[in-house]
Amino acid sequence: MFEKKNLWWLLGAAVLAVFPLIVTNPADTSIAVFTLLFMACATSWNMFSGYSGYIALGSSVFYGCGAYTMALVSIHAHMAPGAAMFWLVPLAGLVAMLVALPIGWMALRVRRHTFVVITIAIFFIFQLAAINFNFTGGTSGLALPFIQWGFSYYNVPFYYVALGLVIFITFVSAGVRRSRFGLQLLAIRDDEDRALGLGVKVTAVKIAGFTMSAFTIGMAGAVYAMFVGQIYPQFVFDPVFDISVALMAFLGGLGTLAGPLLGALILESSQQYLTVSFSNGSLYLILFGSLFLIVIMFMPRGIVPFFTDRTKRSAALKVAEANNQLAGAGAGSAQS
Amino acid sequence: MNSTALLSAAKDGILTGSVYALMATGLTLIFGVMDIINVAQGILVILGAYLSYALQVHWHIDLFIGLLITIPAMFVVGIVIERLFLGRLKGPEKTAMSILVTYAVSLLIEGALNMIFSVNDVQLQGWYVNRAFAIGSVHFGYIYVAGFVLAVGLLSSLYFMLYRTRFGVSVRASLADQTSAALVGIDVKRVSTICFGIGVAVTAAGGMIYGATNSFNASTSYDLISRLLTIIVLGGMGSLGGAMLAGVGMVFIGDMVGVIWSPIWSSMSYFVVLAVVLLFRPQGLFGKQAVRVA
Repeated sequence: MFEKKNLWWLLGAAVLAVFPLIVTNPADTSIAVFTLLFMACATSWNMFSGYSGYIALGSSVFYGCGAYTMALVSIHAHMAPGAAMFWLVPLAGLVAMLVALPIGWMALRVRRHTFVVITIAIFFIFQLAAINFNFTGGTSGLALPFIQWGFSYYNVPFYYVALGLVIFITFVSAGVRRSRFGLQLLAIRDDEDRALGLGVKVTAVKIAGFTMSAFTIGMAGAVYAMFVGQIYPQFVFDPVFDISVALMAFLGGLGTLAGPLLGALILESSQQYLTVSFSNGSLYLILFGSLFLIVIMFMPRGIVPFFTDRTKRSAALKVAEANNQLAGAGAGSAQS
Repeated sequence: MNSTALLSAAKDGILTGSVYALMATGLTLIFGVMDIINVAQGILVILGAYLSYALQVHWHIDLFIGLLITIPAMFVVGIVIERLFLGRLKGPEKTAMSILVTYAVSLLIEGALNMIFSVNDVQLQGWYVNRAFAIGSVHFGYIYVAGFVLAVGLLSSLYFMLYRTRFGVSVRASLADQTSAALVGIDVKRVSTICFGIGVAVTAAGGMIYGATNSFNASTSYDLISRLLTIIVLGGMGSLGGAMLAGVGMVFIGDMVGVIWSPIWSSMSYFVVLAVVLLFRPQGLFGKQAVRVA
């Protein structure tokens, strides 16, 4: 019942739970909040794109819609700045799902390669719309109700809400993977035509998966908007976000549960660190690009499969050796 | 709004669209032959523009003469990228991986360009850049006309190469079916490498015209690649004729929307057109229906 693997998960959760009690420097905890938000987004992205093999590169559409929902509702409802605004987070997730439904209906009619490009195109529609419409505030963005929590305490509530999102999406993603629905997604990844032939309603399953994955990304966007207090279209509808989320899942291991969490943890924290240490933006781009290339070239399937394959292979080797010895012993005894 | 404005928007659409068609053709050729989506195409266009810029500023070489240097240079850049990174990709995730790899390459190039040329906008100069002649009431900028002639010339020579030479037959065979092409003795790997080189080489010409008609810096590449991707999806991925038609069509529609409605919506109109077309023809205008491979 209590396997070694579960122990690792519990240990990870425990470390994350006590982190802000040990590290109290606001600069560090703010990096931690961003990292957790990316962990939630990458896991949510992986729940559709990783399982089904349909790589979506427009996730920031949902992130942005979540962020704008939070901003617009809190501004127009004249909400008192404070923890009550967190109630809007699930609402933002629902709005993101509502946006995802027609997008999925349209974009999932095509095969994988075209899907990638269509999601990019849809992303640009949203970014341009956010810049050009009036109610979004255009390029000057929107300022949310200003939350006056103390400087040293400010990050902590956001940290735990973000951690809550991570735990939520990890359970959902694990549940989906074990469910009939998850198996259908995996079947689509492996061979869509055969899955269709075996009676999987592929289009419905794909649209459902796509819409579900929008929920947590929208919620993360809402938390982000509340956290930074002011949103701009070019930062919430950000092409780098689209690529980063996919990259984190690829880095950790596409379609695995721990992969996107690990990928986001490594990538986002190192990215934030590099940005802080190299104020020179171009040098940072070069370093980031090279790091990225090295990882893809040497671990094309991601970190988690890279290591589990190794342990599996060494276990298989041991079994093979044992069999050989047995066979040798058997042959010896037969000869004698 | 009057008919002159519409006419001049139509003219712009066709002249500028041909240059986009040229850049998009490179992209779709690469996808068709190699199953690689080259996200770096945008930054490579900018790299081509900066090469022309460097030749012009440091050696005072005319933009069009400079192409004799920049086109082969970009061809070599393409071959190097293919040999170093893309040639090693294989397996079912190849296309998705290619997006990540080419994105990483584009980050590297963007960082390098920012370091060498700074992030300030530049524009290519020449005596012909800001001059125009008029036919009736419609003005034709020299550089736009020259770009159109250059794009049509390069596209025709590409067509000639594909449909009239032995190498072209190998390329078309690889476009149609890589396994069968390999079975009849075509060296698909070599064809792929050369196609990638050609697909990148056209960005030198496209980038030069783009750089002479727009001010640019390295981050302009995001806008470019989004347009180019839209064009090849609209035309049908892997279809050369589709890319050309969609390139001209998209810029034409964008300019028309700009004149009739407002310029702020003109770039958005690309994506809306794309969405509408895909509702009725998911494979794009000239794309083949996806067929079962394995």
